Amino acid sequence: MDEFQSQLLELRAGWCRRHLLSLEELSAEEIVRILDTAQVFRRAFDRGIRKWSLLTGKTCVNLFFENSTRTRNSFSLAARRLGADVVDFSAATSSLSKGETVVDTARNLEAMGIDAVVVRHSTPGTPHLLAKSLRCSVINAGDGPHEHPTQGLLDILTIRQRLGRVEGLTVALVGDIAHSRTARSNIWGVKKLGAHVIVCGPSTLVSRDWEKLGVEYSYSLDEILPRVDVLNLLRIQFERQTRRPFPSVREYALLYAMNAERLARTKPGILIIAPGPINRGVEVTADVADGKHSAILDQVTNGVAVRMAVLWLLTGTTDQK
Amino acid sequence: MERILIRGGRVIDPSQGLDDHIDILIEDGKIAAYNPTARGDERVIDARGKIVSPGLIDMHVHLREPGHEDDETIATGTRAAVAGGFTSIACCPNTDPPIDTPATVEFVRQKAARDGHCNVYVIACVSKDRKGEELAEIGQLVAAGAVAFSDDGAPVYDPELMRRAFEYCLMFDKPVCNHCEIPELTRNGVMHEGLVSLILGLPGIPAAAESVMVARDIALAEATGGRLHVMHVSTLGSVDAIRRAKARGVRVTAEVTPHHFTLTDESLRTFDSNFKMNPPLRSKEHVKACLEGLRDGTIDVIATDHAPHAKEKKMQELDRAPFGIVGLETALSLVIMRLIKPGILSWSEALAKLTVNPARILGIPKGTLQIGADADVTIIDPDVKWTVDPEQLHSKSKNTPFAGWEMEGRATVVIVGGAIKYEWGGHG
Repeated sequence: MDEFQSQLLELRAGWCRRHLLSLEELSAEEIVRILDTAQVFRRAFDRGIRKWSLLTGKTCVNLFFENSTRTRNSFSLAARRLGADVVDFSAATSSLSKGETVVDTARNLEAMGIDAVVVRHSTPGTPHLLAKSLRCSVINAGDGPHEHPTQGLLDILTIRQRLGRVEGLTVALVGDIAHSRTARSNIWGVKKLGAHVIVCGPSTLVSRDWEKLGVEYSYSLDEILPRVDVLNLLRIQFERQTRRPFPSVREYALLYAMNAERLARTKPGILIIAPGPINRGVEVTADVADGKHSAILDQVTNGVAVRMAVLWLLTGTTDQK
Repeated sequence: MERILIRGGRVIDPSQGLDDHIDILIEDGKIAAYNPTARGDERVIDARGKIVSPGLIDMHVHLREPGHEDDETIATGTRAAVAGGFTSIACCPNTDPPIDTPATVEFVRQKAARDGHCNVYVIACVSKDRKGEELAEIGQLVAAGAVAFSDDGAPVYDPELMRRAFEYCLMFDKPVCNHCEIPELTRNGVMHEGLVSLILGLPGIPAAAESVMVARDIALAEATGGRLHVMHVSTLGSVDAIRRAKARGVRVTAEVTPHHFTLTDESLRTFDSNFKMNPPLRSKEHVKACLEGLRDGTIDVIATDHAPHAKEKKMQELDRAPFGIVGLETALSLVIMRLIKPGILSWSEALAKLTVNPARILGIPKGTLQIGADADVTIIDPDVKWTVDPEQLHSKSKNTPFAGWEMEGRATVVIVGGAIKYEWGGHG
């Protein structure tokens, strides 16, 4: 434990960022630092170390304005494992339903002595709005289709663990790119670490403008399959679409579902990840999702480690013993 | 009433092609004489080194009263107007109740006469209750003093209603001012659709949503002979369509706002709702097209679309925050800094878009310094530096995207009907 602890203190030395709002704003060095920190937590976890006192006396609030099970539980668990207290706040039961603004809600929570706010909201930029009005740390747990930085980080950590590197790989994001915060965080993250990114899906969900950011776009999964090292299968976000951007789910699955037949045409070491929740049979068939190339459950384990790393780096104090 | 002598200024009055150093005498609220022999009892305003312009006109202002007095009132809005150099403004009818009856027109005019700091002209609704279904009682609204018609805030959506509005307004020689936007293309939209909205994951408002309706309105104006005024033009497609329509002789005029020729959608990267307006800030190529339209005369008018919103409304998530920004007090400086000093427009060309052009479109006897005209005069210091401090703005709302900007040039003395209504104190 002491060995891990000293590594963690060392990794935190010189870290000065207070908020985690996006991966776009992080440097490659910062991303690597978070991944290295998460890797320490993951190794410790694999050795049975579940409980830390790194954040004893700190309090984190989960401020979730959108439904979530995985991310919310993952953040709660991460904070608790570090020894912090956790307050869960859900929009439905709050004063927001009485007309209070999101900024007032957050300021009220902060007045109770909060060290970090983990916020999920359907509107891009809401974490930025809170970061401007609060003194505590703000962590973006997904702001609409904009970014989901910890998801991006856990995807990259999974890639790094499974394939040993990120640089030089070809990573394809497949599906509803337009509405995916996971896509945006992944694009910035893996690009900064030197991978080639392809966004792939129907033309109504994949903008040609991605090319201007150095990202390849493709409408044909079959065409890109033989060249990719990682497939990140994104969920079709029916709830964010005003009109369905393709004629039918059946047609979508025909063109983009990752199934055994398509798997056979990939590189032998292909890694398949998905941010979940997945629509089985739409983005991916059950045999592939549960198969040996899939790291979907490993991602969930890494999620807690990444969130521990983020909480530790943002709110920890290095002078403690 | 005090006699005022404006001495030593460079008088630029595009209504009479005037650009000369002339002393102007104001007497009984009118422009009385050029280069008069001083009697000695005049109040003398030293305008050396200054531009003396006909009082500026902003034909697109939201005064919010009646109904949204928490955002702005006729008193505060007109105070902001004179502080920005405007002596006449035309206010939009998207109030609560909307200005769709002679009684509401009368209310605004009386309130403006009592509390106002400048002349207020009323743009009334095209449709009853601004619902876009039936024509409002346009004849009675004209009789009550309405100078133009618009459902601004929303487009006149129904093409048949638009056609009737053009035809009916012809009887009174009034323009129909449209906020051009196809709502089905902009639903949930927060910002310009482009590379920046793609990065930010914010729902986009495509340029075509505006250009398509501009094209429709031009076709309807052409078919009916009606007068179309396109409000807040923001896209390349709109500018292009208006340019070609004018060349064919269609009766179309257009305005651009200072924020649309100054800022781009890049500003939204801050997620600050003070950059959220409708039409949205566009990308560079559209801004360039607007500048070109201003330069070649396709765009007749610079208008602010002054849209005050109380702080608590703007300090919300981007999709909840209302569209719009205040503009009256920053417009002239932006015209000077972004259009005149870089040489896109001459002083005379720029001032025409702020004086005689809007006066002609609205059919109001303003925007001129001819002998006998109402003494509305704006004296401009073209070089004075000042910093935008939202708290110092006279508008009741502080939602400006230009907070902290170092500005160059502004109105220093503003005369309305022969009375000095604003003098810049050198601060702020």
